[in-house]
Amino acid sequence: MKTSTATRSGQRRPYRLSPARIGVYAFLLTAALFFLMPLYIMLVTSLKTMDEIRLGNIFALPIAITVEPWVTAWTSACTGVSCEGIRGGFWNSLFIVIPSTILPILLGALNGYALSFWRPRGANVLFAILMMGAFIPVQVMMFPLVRILATLGLFSSLPGIVVIHIIFSMPVMTLLFRNYYLSIPQELFKAARIDGGGFFRIFMQLMLPMSTPIIIVAAIMQVTGVWNDYILGLVFAGRDNLPMTVQLNNVINTTTGTRLYNVNMAATILTSLVPLTIYFVSGRWFVRGIAAGAVKG
Amino acid sequence: MKANPKQLLRSLVTWTALLPMVATVLVAYLGTVLWSLKVSMSNSRTFPSDEFVGLAQYERLFNNDRWLLSLENLALYGVLFIAACMLIGFLLAVFIDQEVMAEGALRTIFLYPYAMSFVATGLVWQWLLNPGNGIQQAVRQMGFEDFTFDWIIDQNKVMYTIVIASVWQASGLVMALLLAGLRGIDGEIWKAARIDGIPTWRVYVSIVLPMLGPSIATVFILLSTAVIKLFDAVVSMTQGGPGTASEVPAKFIMDHLFGRANIALASAGSIVLLLTVLALLAPLLYVRSRANAAGGDK
Repeated sequence: MKTSTATRSGQRRPYRLSPARIGVYAFLLTAALFFLMPLYIMLVTSLKTMDEIRLGNIFALPIAITVEPWVTAWTSACTGVSCEGIRGGFWNSLFIVIPSTILPILLGALNGYALSFWRPRGANVLFAILMMGAFIPVQVMMFPLVRILATLGLFSSLPGIVVIHIIFSMPVMTLLFRNYYLSIPQELFKAARIDGGGFFRIFMQLMLPMSTPIIIVAAIMQVTGVWNDYILGLVFAGRDNLPMTVQLNNVINTTTGTRLYNVNMAATILTSLVPLTIYFVSGRWFVRGIAAGAVKG
Repeated sequence: MKANPKQLLRSLVTWTALLPMVATVLVAYLGTVLWSLKVSMSNSRTFPSDEFVGLAQYERLFNNDRWLLSLENLALYGVLFIAACMLIGFLLAVFIDQEVMAEGALRTIFLYPYAMSFVATGLVWQWLLNPGNGIQQAVRQMGFEDFTFDWIIDQNKVMYTIVIASVWQASGLVMALLLAGLRGIDGEIWKAARIDGIPTWRVYVSIVLPMLGPSIATVFILLSTAVIKLFDAVVSMTQGGPGTASEVPAKFIMDHLFGRANIALASAGSIVLLLTVLALLAPLLYVRSRANAAGGDK
């Protein structure tokens, strides 16, 4: 999959300010405003007082900027019964994301490595089923998995939700590393074999160190994917480990009392901060990740 | 071929390393599908039961108004969402591909919603579309007293609001994937078309669009799986309401699994969903695998 962004030779269309050019910019500018509008409104709303929100226009800038909603969202907003803000959810999400990034990447790398270099007989059938598995609706697997985890004593626990993330990310992670390893010359592997390297030694000392670019892509995909997950966290994480997305939804859809829109918007931004930061910092890697993940199947 | 002990050991080590994958495939994928299939043919309520009732649950399912409404909503949503994402994503990609200024910034702006969760996205739009404080109120304050934009509380229009929010979220992704496809097209084609005096739009429609086939197929698969999964956005935007006007199959299943303790009916629903996915994807995947076999890597 190509994600080259280099500009093509400028020969195709000479640069001039024609009506067509103006049309192009008008379209792109309108589209950009539409895409930015929700972000703008989230930001300004989160900085307003409730009085100003009730009286004012959602597009208006805040008259008196207040960071109170942010403090409230973080420390004392009610997520259902408890009113301790969404900071707990932040830490829960972090504790879920770390193992749910490292373990799937390790397993994906190991699978990809075994599939592309050692090629055990019958493994291709297995891989094909795994790829098909990526398309099974979550709901089909939901209840049986609840039962299995309950039997193992892992339901509603941190290890439980991590196992679930491993299961659901295995197809994409395996595909990512398999394709990457297929692009590495077999000769390199054969040379390592002749030097007496065993299965795990070649993996640890040769393949993993060579995998840095794809590990970065995989990590970006996993961190954003797991952070943004809602349904799996809702069902499998358990009350003590609810991720930030679930708490956010609880904050906003709690029916008691008046709706504190400013606090809600601050909480929404806080919850989106981690994936947005990754997106802005990683830029092209993020696109490469979704492009690579998109070719599954 | 004779297997010597060394080879045997080697394949043993390899399979040991693949054990998590074997377990995932056999238990988590194949096992759960079979289990759901079995439960869907039982009379299970809160707990699974072994009593076989044939297709009775499926019959009940398709006599259930809420399920039928969910399917209807999903079909409407699926058609509009995929069409709108494809159209907007394609237009954005084509316009960005005109060697414009600030291309990087524009791409960033169009794609950032995709980095956010469905929950956050849904909540923002719920707030924007809320007639009391949102866009409707803002436009009224600008002097258009009769302006009405209350789709989110209108039973007949609420699904459109979910389409708007999720198109906003996902069309940047379509843009990114199609832009990559556009950049992969040989510049010679453009030169040839210019020499022949073919108008730009004709080149896009007749030459570029067909050449983007593989990218479009990828996008279509990606968007279809998003349609089937539709759950988070509905929960955060409307919670299925007003009434049951924005119910979708994934939510119907979740409610019956965990809220209404009717796992047999829910399993039947999930199997129907699975069959839909297969019916939708099987031809596409088949064509793609044929193309792969014929034309090398991609």
